[in-house]
Amino acid sequence: MNIHEYQAKHLFQQYAIPIPEGHTADTAEKAEQVASKLAGAGWVVKAQVHAGGRGKVGGVKLAKSLAEVGEFSRELLGKRLVTIQTDSSGLPINSLLIEKIYPIKRELYLSLILDRATERVMFIASAAGGMDIEAVAHDTPEQIIAVPVHPAAGLQSYSCRKVAYTLGLKGQQIKALEKIMFGMYRLFLAKDATQIEINPLIETDSGDLMALDAKINFDDNALAIHPDILAMKDPSQEDDKENESQKFGLNYITLEGNIGCMVNGAGLAMATMDLVKLKGGEPANFLDVGGGTNIEKVCEAFKLILSDGSVKAVLVNIFGGIVQCDVIAKGILAAIEQVHVTIPVVVRLEGTNVEQGRALLTNTGLNLYAADDLNHAAEQVVALAKAVA
Amino acid sequence: MSILINKDTKVICQGFTGKQGTFHSEQALAYGTKLVGGVTPERGGETHVGLPVFNTVQDAVNTTGATASVIYVPPFFAADAILEAVDAGIKLIVCITEGIPTLQMLRVKAAMAGTGVLLIGPNCPGIITPDECKIGIMPAKIHQAGCIGIVSRSGTLTYESVFQTTQQGLGQSTCVGIGGDPIHGMNFVDVLSRFQADEQTKGIVMVGEIGGGEEEDAADYIKAHVTKPVVAYIAGQTAPAGKRMGHAGAIVTGGKGTAAGKIAALKAAGIEVVSSPTEIGVAMKGYL
Repeated sequence: MNIHEYQAKHLFQQYAIPIPEGHTADTAEKAEQVASKLAGAGWVVKAQVHAGGRGKVGGVKLAKSLAEVGEFSRELLGKRLVTIQTDSSGLPINSLLIEKIYPIKRELYLSLILDRATERVMFIASAAGGMDIEAVAHDTPEQIIAVPVHPAAGLQSYSCRKVAYTLGLKGQQIKALEKIMFGMYRLFLAKDATQIEINPLIETDSGDLMALDAKINFDDNALAIHPDILAMKDPSQEDDKENESQKFGLNYITLEGNIGCMVNGAGLAMATMDLVKLKGGEPANFLDVGGGTNIEKVCEAFKLILSDGSVKAVLVNIFGGIVQCDVIAKGILAAIEQVHVTIPVVVRLEGTNVEQGRALLTNTGLNLYAADDLNHAAEQVVALAKAVA
Repeated sequence: MSILINKDTKVICQGFTGKQGTFHSEQALAYGTKLVGGVTPERGGETHVGLPVFNTVQDAVNTTGATASVIYVPPFFAADAILEAVDAGIKLIVCITEGIPTLQMLRVKAAMAGTGVLLIGPNCPGIITPDECKIGIMPAKIHQAGCIGIVSRSGTLTYESVFQTTQQGLGQSTCVGIGGDPIHGMNFVDVLSRFQADEQTKGIVMVGEIGGGEEEDAADYIKAHVTKPVVAYIAGQTAPAGKRMGHAGAIVTGGKGTAAGKIAALKAAGIEVVSSPTEIGVAMKGYL
């Protein structure tokens, strides 16, 4: 799960990680009020959306006067921001973070991640902050330091000093960085984060360190034990259909094509999307209906797929293992009738009792095609979608 | 021969009296698995599906001599269950549970380091040696004893591979679902090395997906150490970056873990990578 920058900074505050002075605002008037209370030479107006790359597309603006704060806020609020990390429709800007501007001497990079390869929580740091860290890692890997933390020993001061010297920090700054790193580590463990990123971590003219930006991702598997984190969820930043699918225990992700896919199992669902593409079609979604496929779930899955107006045909791909194919076929038929599916549906069933299952799906009087194998099913659904489109 | 489990493997079930534990224990017994009992705290002394229930894994091991355990407990209790099995001297732990917090698995793996205990999963279908021993949730009927070793991160794609190799008349030596979580037990290389050493296994099917770098590690390993034919398939070529595709571990982040990268690594190692999941069985047959 993602949260907004202002929420992440609020958590930083609780873990003694220094952040700029600032407040959120959801109207231009409030934005000016907030700015007027923050004494300084200028302000930064930051669009709060769940995506990086805001600065490059006008989502972060520097205001020199209160009038400019109001002007930029009016410009941003209510708009959708399209960045390199969003889809083409972008994300709605419902709130802004207004912060005081600080004189920046250097921009550094510091993050804490869950590294799969080493199975460790690991700090990543670089003196080349403020930029795309993946590009830095690719072009100049020597500018990046990775410091893993052993889960039994926990974070040690020497690890912090190692990072501090790599970042070129001196004297009191070393202690300050240690405090920031310990705060990040405690926050990471306490809230089951999967990533905490500060980019940039700035060194001000007076030598202070401060998290100018803040990004935190949390482990979805642990949200049940963190109601405080779950309460920060902002559904406006997520796809409606993806939100809806979670209520029914379905796994749905919107894509940009016109062929709806309904599959049991995550791996098979991905493979089905790939096959549709391979056969010249474009999948409209990823949808895993899970193992225990019942009529209710299949109905909800059809509703989700059909709520996307661009879908021209649907491919249902079910490998019947413990649940037998004839039982699944009956479920699909019932769902098609209940939900009044009129666009063509191609069904590929395989596994136990497949003949009975296919027989049930043949000559139904519905716009339904029982495919004899997955390749043909994919070819058929691509052809049907093209014929309709 | 087979790998890791056979007809003599004594298995216990943790989360024995729950809905999943009960259903799959019945299925395992019907298949002929030497399931010898199960564990549910506070239910010790009872009999369930005709087998003894124990309060602790230690009691179960002491009484039955079990060396393998399958875990069906809910996600927030699974780390505890795995470590209890390690502590009691179980040698092979198969954790089916989906949804374990990643940091808990990280600590479990750190605690298991150096113990020599093998973990399969979590978030996996389990392991089966056809006609001998089934530990997990895979449908029994599609399997057939034979010569193909299957290793996969995905449950249903394992079943597809099993089904196709059965249809081709090849059958399977052992099938291992290593699971879809980012931090998990045995990886591709751990299983591939055993298939290479196993006489019964004549060919290997490897099914990977987006996320992480274990397919790339497998490519290096196969090139250096595996002489048997390997057919690979990688799911997720059309998956958008930054989205978790069902499995917690199936995510492309920062341009890493893409299907294209994995396919390129496997091909560079001389491994046949089929572009469609429907071609796995036929491609394997082509080598044997």
